[in-house]
Amino acid sequence: MLWDWGYALEILPVLAKAAIVTIEATFLGFLIAASLGLVFAIMRMSGPLVAGPVTLLVELVRSTPLLIQIFFLYFVLPKFGVTLDAFTAGVLALGLHYATYCSEVYRAGLENIPRGQWEASTALNLSSFTTFKDIILPQAIPPIVPALGNYLVALFKETPLLSAIAVLELMQTAKILGSETFRYVEPITLVGVIFLIMSLVSAVGIRWVERALNRRTAR
Amino acid sequence: MGLRSIIALLLATIGLVVFLSTLEPFRIFVPGLLGGAWMTVRIAALGSLLAVVFGVASALSALYGPAPLRWLARTYVEIFRGTSALVQLFWLFFVLPDFGISLEPFTVAVLALGLNVGAYGAEVVRAAIQTVPRGQWEAATAVNMTQGQMLRRIILPQAVLTMIPPWGNLFIELLKSTALVSLITISDLSFMAQEMNQTTMKTIDIFTLVLLIYLAISLTITIAMRLLENAASRGLARGRAH
Repeated sequence: MLWDWGYALEILPVLAKAAIVTIEATFLGFLIAASLGLVFAIMRMSGPLVAGPVTLLVELVRSTPLLIQIFFLYFVLPKFGVTLDAFTAGVLALGLHYATYCSEVYRAGLENIPRGQWEASTALNLSSFTTFKDIILPQAIPPIVPALGNYLVALFKETPLLSAIAVLELMQTAKILGSETFRYVEPITLVGVIFLIMSLVSAVGIRWVERALNRRTAR
Repeated sequence: MGLRSIIALLLATIGLVVFLSTLEPFRIFVPGLLGGAWMTVRIAALGSLLAVVFGVASALSALYGPAPLRWLARTYVEIFRGTSALVQLFWLFFVLPDFGISLEPFTVAVLALGLNVGAYGAEVVRAAIQTVPRGQWEAATAVNMTQGQMLRRIILPQAVLTMIPPWGNLFIELLKSTALVSLITISDLSFMAQEMNQTTMKTIDIFTLVLLIYLAISLTITIAMRLLENAASRGLARGRAH
């Protein structure tokens, strides 16, 4: 038979351990993406001297392949004296890439806040920092949580690219297992199945968070 | 960004690439990178074509097909949207030969990218068809059209207009995913870059050029899709005026 259950069960613990690296990369990458994305969005809303270069950077990062950006950070930064291990460089690239997507989401969220909110805060003599932190952001974030969640899942599905710089995540582990035993069917299929399960679970999770947020804002 | 500023950005990018390729440290890389870029463009074009075919076919089957076809289309969309493009590529490349199906790397690349983006495209097509107002269906029923006629003459022409911008985004995603095919030994732009990087270690020069070339291709796709959208909306407006 083509599919060997014994072998599949034997490699499952190894893959499970690699899945932890994948999940770590996902969450660390998304942490960078979510915070840097907000910074980009704010910078794009300020004067043209700041907004112009940031818009150009966002456009460049969004229009070019993540794989090249991973290589770029991994190979180019050492030339400037910054030596990163593969995992850090990969997570940084993932974070930077998705920060550009998140910045669009934040921008949409921030632009949806009525002007009156800013004006009312000015009337109450709040500083613009306080207004942004306590009035605007708490209203802007909840509606965009589902969109951010979708990018979390998208980022998760891009983590196999880290195998190209030999980070020992799911895909790289599967390839090593395959090259050791010349059996690729089980490792790669299992990686696919693991990704499918985790994506479906997180899709359900996002829908759940979305409903919870709707209930909270409706109240 | 407006169409004008995108065109300006494209011209600036092309200008920068041409300017850099006359400079000494960059010049030796240009022929190789252009060869790689041609491979990238070919894979992206064929993959996009395949993605449109898969997207439209599976959206129509999921919406109007008989039960088994509907079920097949939904499974396809779930599986290819739920797993990673690289996993799909490697599965077709490493696992399919074990089932006795050996494809050329080029075929694997086009097939994997087309299938992957087609699954996202299916959702785009489905959403676009469903945003056509119900009244259009009802009016078409009232003039005694068959379901095929309604789709072909009334619904799809209107749906096409709404699906052009999201397809543009998908084509750019597909172009970006073509970088993955360098991992299955195809000498595309990314592959050439990695190879030259290993032999010359001129990392910054090579990767800067490569990023600019990808940017130029992306911007070209964006402009083409904008022009297509403008043409389609003019056509629809003319149709409405009759």
